Amino acid sequence: MDEARINRHGFKVLFEKELTDHLESWRFWILFLLLIVVGAASLRGAVNSLTSAAQQASAQGAQLTDFMFLKLFTTSGSAIYSFSTFLAFLGPVIGIMLGFDAISSERAGGTLNRLAAQPIYRDTIINAKFLSGSVTLFITVFSAGLLFTAGGILISGIEPKPEELARIVVYLLIVWVYMSLWLAIAVLFSVLSKHAATAALGCIALWLFFTMFLSLLASGLAGLAFPGASGGNVLDVISAYRLSTGINRLSPYYLLSEVTTVMMNPNVRSLDIMSTLESQNGAIASYLPLGQSLLQVWPQTVAMIAEAVICFGAGYVCFMNKEIRA
Amino acid sequence: MFRTKTKEGQTAENSGGRVPAQAPETAPAAAVDEWIIRTQGLTKVYGDVTAVDHLDLSIRRGEVFGLLGPNGAGKTTTTLMLLGLTTPTAGHAWIDGHDCTREAILVKKEVGYLPDNVGFYQDMTGRDNLIFSGEMNGLSEDQAKERAKELLERVGMTAAADRKAGTYSRGMRQRLGIADVLMKDPKIIIMDEPTLGIDPAGMHELTKLIRDLSVKDGRTILISSHELYQIQEISDRVGIFVGGKMIACGKIGELGRQIESDGSYTLDIKARAADLNVSQQDSDDLLRRLLSKVAGVREVSENADGTVHIEADHNIEAELLALMVGNGFVLREMHETGGDLDTIYRKYFEKEGGNNGRSAD
Repeated sequence: MDEARINRHGFKVLFEKELTDHLESWRFWILFLLLIVVGAASLRGAVNSLTSAAQQASAQGAQLTDFMFLKLFTTSGSAIYSFSTFLAFLGPVIGIMLGFDAISSERAGGTLNRLAAQPIYRDTIINAKFLSGSVTLFITVFSAGLLFTAGGILISGIEPKPEELARIVVYLLIVWVYMSLWLAIAVLFSVLSKHAATAALGCIALWLFFTMFLSLLASGLAGLAFPGASGGNVLDVISAYRLSTGINRLSPYYLLSEVTTVMMNPNVRSLDIMSTLESQNGAIASYLPLGQSLLQVWPQTVAMIAEAVICFGAGYVCFMNKEIRA
Repeated sequence: MFRTKTKEGQTAENSGGRVPAQAPETAPAAAVDEWIIRTQGLTKVYGDVTAVDHLDLSIRRGEVFGLLGPNGAGKTTTTLMLLGLTTPTAGHAWIDGHDCTREAILVKKEVGYLPDNVGFYQDMTGRDNLIFSGEMNGLSEDQAKERAKELLERVGMTAAADRKAGTYSRGMRQRLGIADVLMKDPKIIIMDEPTLGIDPAGMHELTKLIRDLSVKDGRTILISSHELYQIQEISDRVGIFVGGKMIACGKIGELGRQIESDGSYTLDIKARAADLNVSQQDSDDLLRRLLSKVAGVREVSENADGTVHIEADHNIEAELLALMVGNGFVLREMHETGGDLDTIYRKYFEKEGGNNGRSAD
């Protein structure tokens, strides 16, 4: 019999079981419903803010923007964050939740060696676990995103243009990559640590660091490296800005925020301080086409994919080299 | 009939052939068929500890082989290498003609593995756990359900089958473990300490279940344990495994004779002076003095239960009886202890320990 075929079959069975486990688990539903609830609340807030802004604009005889529908995703209400902020915040939590005990729970439950004794290659275990988590994230992102879109159409009555829909889909895809990156980090931690709790805390710590503290660190370091910036030296200001942006771009959170800015706002033409100034000089006042926006966020997307691959690769190598016995 | 080779020279001459057809001299033609598990110079080194040291093992199709050794002797490491779950540092292992490291999937398809302290997915029922295993092994859902039902019946778990596996007791988990192993209908079953921590009643039941797997189904079983009596009860042959080395191997009776021919013969007796006026203490002292005068007796000691333990270099039964009667003793109990596994185990363990004094990992 053919080894590869036997292995593929085992992969399929394990993948299906993991996917079922995820979709039937309490913690998944709690976070998913949380996402839906905050999505609904942020939609309400966004509609309120946009209504008053649009009324003001039309009172002045101007139009707010051609891409009103995209604004629903990024506009925050008076007391609530925007949906895109929530995705950037909660996305990692969902990713971590799906992966932090992937391997350690099997190890703790004594099922890992039983599973490894089934006719599959060892990497099938970690592959199937990552893939099932990733598929769960895909389902989560797109069902939440499309529910939000549908709700947006119903409540605001704005009809999304085809380009807006395309931008939403691309945006959701990149959010999916972002969440899968956090899944990969969580799987890595679950391979490294014996206890699921340790892995969860490690992931949460990393998440807090990237979302909250890295930007402080980046601006601090940039200030130290280019002290002239505070004195108003233009070259130093630019260098300091570039250094801090460079450090910030290590964080998936920052990368996603850049992606969100460009994809959801066709007015944004560039993410670099210099080319922003240059491009505005003599540019025709128009929106950036979808293809050009994609070009702008391509490096960020690739960086996130690369980070996901590195984390998963590290977890994979560790898992393959670990002793199977508990 | 069977040999264990632990010397490095002997493995070196065999290591040229990677093909499993290389078989012991006694079975030239039907070699591949008869020896279903074979290892050659199998070695695993962890850091500076050699967990398994040049193991040469052959197990016949359909037999129950007991791998006996103290904790940390390298039994689990050996079973993991046989399953391809751990890569050997040196040497090879074959199961049913498949290389255990290179063709791990084909091996795992035929070998059922029951780890010690087997675990199940806690929030799935026992039945669903079995069905999952069945599907992993290529059964369709219906086939898996069918077989799970049969096997649950066989291990006596039907009543608890639809409870979550997290609620099972250790004995139930172990029985479910056997059913789980059987889901893939394996030719060979490897069990690691299957009766560890099971109460006596459960142990008896489990032992019978395991024995049936061999007798009724004709499966080959490799069972590793440190529980002598259980191994004695179910094994056709045993290998004694200490400090990563197989120091003895064969049928239990043969091992006993082997010890005897090594110049070791042990007896436990219980005797008392016929004259009841003599105190127990005096009676014992007298007995001991008498015994130590018998030619060939090396050591006389007292067991915890009050019986007297005698070690001699040949069979002294007849002399002993005459002596007892002649000196007014009543013999209440006398039995040879050399033949049972306990002594064999202890003997070999002592011998090995004396040779190199190496502690197990």
